[in-house]
Amino acid sequence: MSDVADRVKKIVVEHLGVEEDKVVEGASFIDDLGADSLDTVELVMAFEEEFGIEIPDDAAENIQSFGDAVKFISEAA
Amino acid sequence: MFDLTGKCALVTGASGGIGADIARALHGAGATVGLSGTRVEPLEALAAELGERAHVLPCNLSDMEAVAALPKQAIEAMGSVDILVNNAGITRDNLFMRMSDDEWQSVLDVNLTATMKLCKGVMRGMMKARWGRIVNISSIVGATGNPGQANYAASKAGMIAMGKSLAYEVASRGITINAIAPGFIETAMTDKLSDDQKAGILGQVPAGRMGTPNEIAAAVVYLSSAEASYVTGATLHVNGGMAML
Repeated sequence: MSDVADRVKKIVVEHLGVEEDKVVEGASFIDDLGADSLDTVELVMAFEEEFGIEIPDDAAENIQSFGDAVKFISEAA
Repeated sequence: MFDLTGKCALVTGASGGIGADIARALHGAGATVGLSGTRVEPLEALAAELGERAHVLPCNLSDMEAVAALPKQAIEAMGSVDILVNNAGITRDNLFMRMSDDEWQSVLDVNLTATMKLCKGVMRGMMKARWGRIVNISSIVGATGNPGQANYAASKAGMIAMGKSLAYEVASRGITINAIAPGFIETAMTDKLSDDQKAGILGQVPAGRMGTPNEIAAAVVYLSSAEASYVTGATLHVNGGMAML
């Protein structure tokens, strides 16, 4: 697993308080990991800080799953 | 009770009568205060009066770039913004049928849009801290309306409803958003009224007197405190009974 994926997973695990093995490629933050809509905003904030990038609102709306996040950040970072 | 030691508060309109007393009261309760306003001189004078834990942060709230920069400047100066008091406001009164688009827009920009942008600007830090207090200084006319003040009343009602919506969204993060709706308060604005005008208004106030800025400030301190953690989306009317809402 890539370095980006590891760091994203760590943030998701810490923020949502879920088991690491639940955070798989297709895991939806809201449907599978128990996040509410504000959690997804906070996750994006955390990703921005961790990777020193800016994620615009329209892109943030499309980051619904762990896989989405890793893909977006890998391309942006 | 109401100990704000260690908290950092940004107060807009701190050069005005009510804003200055809000800053004094928060500072007196132990908070570090960021004093914002358009006129630097009274801000400097207030900062000198307060001594330590006071920062001057000039900002023209009709300049949206300056508004966007203010939360960042406040965080740089104080380390964080734990308490935001949106107190600044302007009036441009006119009869509705005579009110120009510019009179409408300028009041909405400063009173409502700048409030929204400042709330947004401090929200990230509050969400991370899992603690925050926003107090919007609305007005009795935001609830009752007032002839000649369609723009001002709309902006003040807007602050209340925007605050309630935001209060829903962030309540689970330990952040409260409340409004205070002052009635007839002794300020530079009400000083200009004639004795007849004052008597006319006071006839509608059961308390029989005007309120003082420190009576608004005391309400701000309460809503900013740890003790008020279960109060959110509320509007506290401080009006001597003028309108019992």
